[in-house]
Amino acid sequence: MDYSFYQHYWWFLVSLLGGILVFLLFVQGGQSLIYALGGKKEEDLNRLVGSLSKKWELTFTTLVTFGAGFFASFPLFYSTSFGGAYWVWMLILFSFVLQAVSYEFISKKGNFLGKNTYKAFLFLNGLLGPILLGAAVSTLFYGAEFIINKENLIGAKPVISSWQNPWHGLEAVANPWNVILGLAIFFLARCLGSLYFINQIDKDTVRKKSRKQLLINAIGFLVAFLPYLIHLLLKNGMTEDPATGIISVESFKYWHNLLAIPWALPLLLIGVVLVLYGFGRSIFQTKYTKGIWFAGIGTILVVTILLLIAGYNHTVYYPSLSDMQSSLTIANSSSSLFTLKAMSIVSLFIPVVIAYIWYVWRALDKK
Amino acid sequence: MNQMDLSLIDWSRAQFALTAIYHWVFVPLTLGLGLIMSIMETFYYRTKDEKWKRTAQFWMKLFGINFAVGVATGIILEFEFGTNWSNYSWFVGDIFGAPLAIEGIFAFFMEATFIAVMYFGWEKVSPKFHLASTWLTVGGATLSAWWILVANAWMQYPAGMHFNPDTVRNEMNDFWAVALSPMAVNKFFHTVISSWMLGAAFVAGISSWFLLKKRDTAFALDSIKIASVVGIVGIAISFWTGDGSAHQVAQKQPMKLAAMEGLYEGGNGVDLVGFGVLTPGKQYGDDKDPFLFSIPIPKMLSFLAVRDLNGYVPGINNIVEGGYDTPQGTALSIEEKMAKGKVAFAALANYKEAKRTGNSELQVESEAQLRENMPYFGYGYFQSPADAIPNVPLVFYAFRVMVILGGYFLLLFIVMAFFAYKKQFEKVKWLQWVSLLSIPLAYITSQAGWVVAEVGRQPWAIQDILPVSAAVSDIETSSVQITFFIFLALFTAFLIAEISIMVKQIKAGPAKN
Repeated sequence: MDYSFYQHYWWFLVSLLGGILVFLLFVQGGQSLIYALGGKKEEDLNRLVGSLSKKWELTFTTLVTFGAGFFASFPLFYSTSFGGAYWVWMLILFSFVLQAVSYEFISKKGNFLGKNTYKAFLFLNGLLGPILLGAAVSTLFYGAEFIINKENLIGAKPVISSWQNPWHGLEAVANPWNVILGLAIFFLARCLGSLYFINQIDKDTVRKKSRKQLLINAIGFLVAFLPYLIHLLLKNGMTEDPATGIISVESFKYWHNLLAIPWALPLLLIGVVLVLYGFGRSIFQTKYTKGIWFAGIGTILVVTILLLIAGYNHTVYYPSLSDMQSSLTIANSSSSLFTLKAMSIVSLFIPVVIAYIWYVWRALDKK
Repeated sequence: MNQMDLSLIDWSRAQFALTAIYHWVFVPLTLGLGLIMSIMETFYYRTKDEKWKRTAQFWMKLFGINFAVGVATGIILEFEFGTNWSNYSWFVGDIFGAPLAIEGIFAFFMEATFIAVMYFGWEKVSPKFHLASTWLTVGGATLSAWWILVANAWMQYPAGMHFNPDTVRNEMNDFWAVALSPMAVNKFFHTVISSWMLGAAFVAGISSWFLLKKRDTAFALDSIKIASVVGIVGIAISFWTGDGSAHQVAQKQPMKLAAMEGLYEGGNGVDLVGFGVLTPGKQYGDDKDPFLFSIPIPKMLSFLAVRDLNGYVPGINNIVEGGYDTPQGTALSIEEKMAKGKVAFAALANYKEAKRTGNSELQVESEAQLRENMPYFGYGYFQSPADAIPNVPLVFYAFRVMVILGGYFLLLFIVMAFFAYKKQFEKVKWLQWVSLLSIPLAYITSQAGWVVAEVGRQPWAIQDILPVSAAVSDIETSSVQITFFIFLALFTAFLIAEISIMVKQIKAGPAKN
């Protein structure tokens, strides 16, 4: 197992974490629906928030681990994107910080800002979190304006990664495709949130409203995501010559990647079918409550495959729009072989972590 | 002309310090209170006495309120390494990122998963499973502290890595040297166990309030008994690990030790300053006496630093000027180190150029020169030797605050335990007041410890390798100023909310029979 194997292994882990994170955004989706589903009934609102309050930490922790995993395995991305697209990451942080305290404070007496403020915080995180994360992930395909020169570290102004505009990440909204993926993730999160409530809240009025929201948001998701996917597969990408490290443009790069990785296209299609099955059956079969699992697994598959084709097959996973040769690939931005190996041993414990989360989840969901 | 904006560096430091200070308001209580409530639930599990369940549940409520803000501020710290210290993230990310990722995989998920059982699982899982979940929640928090302190210790004492000129970064080559470095081990025990002291002070203080109000007295006295024992153990071990920590600082960060003592002129058989008042405006190189007033403890600094009453301890002037003997040979002056750092810079530039042009001879020669001078790489960024000196008054006073208050708490917990186990605590009003009013002092003690650790190591982001001036992200100062004030407003609002909620919860008291 050589350096390249470990780089690919860690890109897979980061992609899988990304996939799980998007699934777990059902918490954010659910938060964005609390007003629509709870209406003015305090009891319903409390029930919705109470149900999400048992799960929010998993999403939060996955986000933290996703960030830490990226830091440990691809530190040049962490350095370039976080330090450059400052405002996007800060906005994401602000929205998640608001969430973290809201669940604990919302139902407590003396919470200083009032219950409605914490509800609004939860809604805000539900709105901004998925859109901003989606837009940030989209820059892995559509690029950002940065230049990397590691030798600058010993220059008069020691800066390895320089952002090439003063907007520091906010300029991403100027590319409509970034916004479209942000909206797609937002609608997807709301679909998953609806499915979660259908599964967890044993109350007819909430389930009925959730199914209605599922239909509306599934349409929104498909309207945003399908054009994005088609455009992605038809657009140019950047590729790295593994022998020289030189980066060049390749037409239909992401489509080529899907074909070059034999299992990618079938898994992507299976993921899409599972998502649609979870949505469809939950919308049309009024007694059905298990759609979250199909749509959830489908989401993990689709997002993981999309992130894999962003980096595998010598693809540039963070294109520089300012200097093509500054673009990041899994080969030129990863940690050392030693570190990747050491962390790979640690990663063998991940199934244990998943197993106990699963066990605890089941134990807490017992009626 | 093109150098980093100094105000950007200062604002970036201020933002990180703000986040870290707020984070550390919440974390030690999580660690300390977590231990105490776990002990209480263990009593419940063993005795099946419902009073212990009610007692544990009361403290768990306060734990949860506090935990949430700790989580919120923690994620910001992690992301700020990237957003505000992007050079750092690349230059040492190969080593520093791993503990953070391991922390996420092992510790965060453990906390996040089992805390849900702790709160929602009383009626859904067996008592044994519930007890295990409570311990695992606290275990997760403690494990999290382990990995973050490994990362922090590595910044103070870089080990287990080498510089790779091809990638222009430091790379790990010995995982265990990073994960089990003596500084990491000591720092972990000192930090976590001193947090037990804070948790104990909190529990004892709140319990004393109940006694003053003559409410829930049995609950309060039981809580004080446990807290006083945890407090004594915590503070006693903290003194021991603190001594170990100072000894390590003497070996690895002599400038920090000199700042802690306000020691400008070192020598053999150096006194420890028990207490003193520094001369305002004292600078390196001037003739002012460092102290307006001081109470020395003869030869004690030499003993603490090198375990020899007549051992040599360098002062700030000595470290700047060099020329004294060390186990590694004669100490270099800061100017000599700066010169060597600049040689390392030039060697790296030559190495890269030789590689580009295929000049293998120059490449080998430059690499050898780089390796020879790499220990002084970070000094190449300095403009003047004075850049190597941290803020002496802040470090000096913070150290004394920590130690003096640490001694105070040892005494306080002993007195508390005496009266608690003599069953007389309820009658000693003054002690109840002292316990209650000592809660803020516990926080001050804990924060002072971090001020010593972090301000004392300035200007380094990573000791001798990367100063903060070269670690910072290239963003507009105004952006950092805006986020600083947003964080300040948010954190302050959350702190007010937390205190307000806690006060309500405390007033509500434990559940009744």
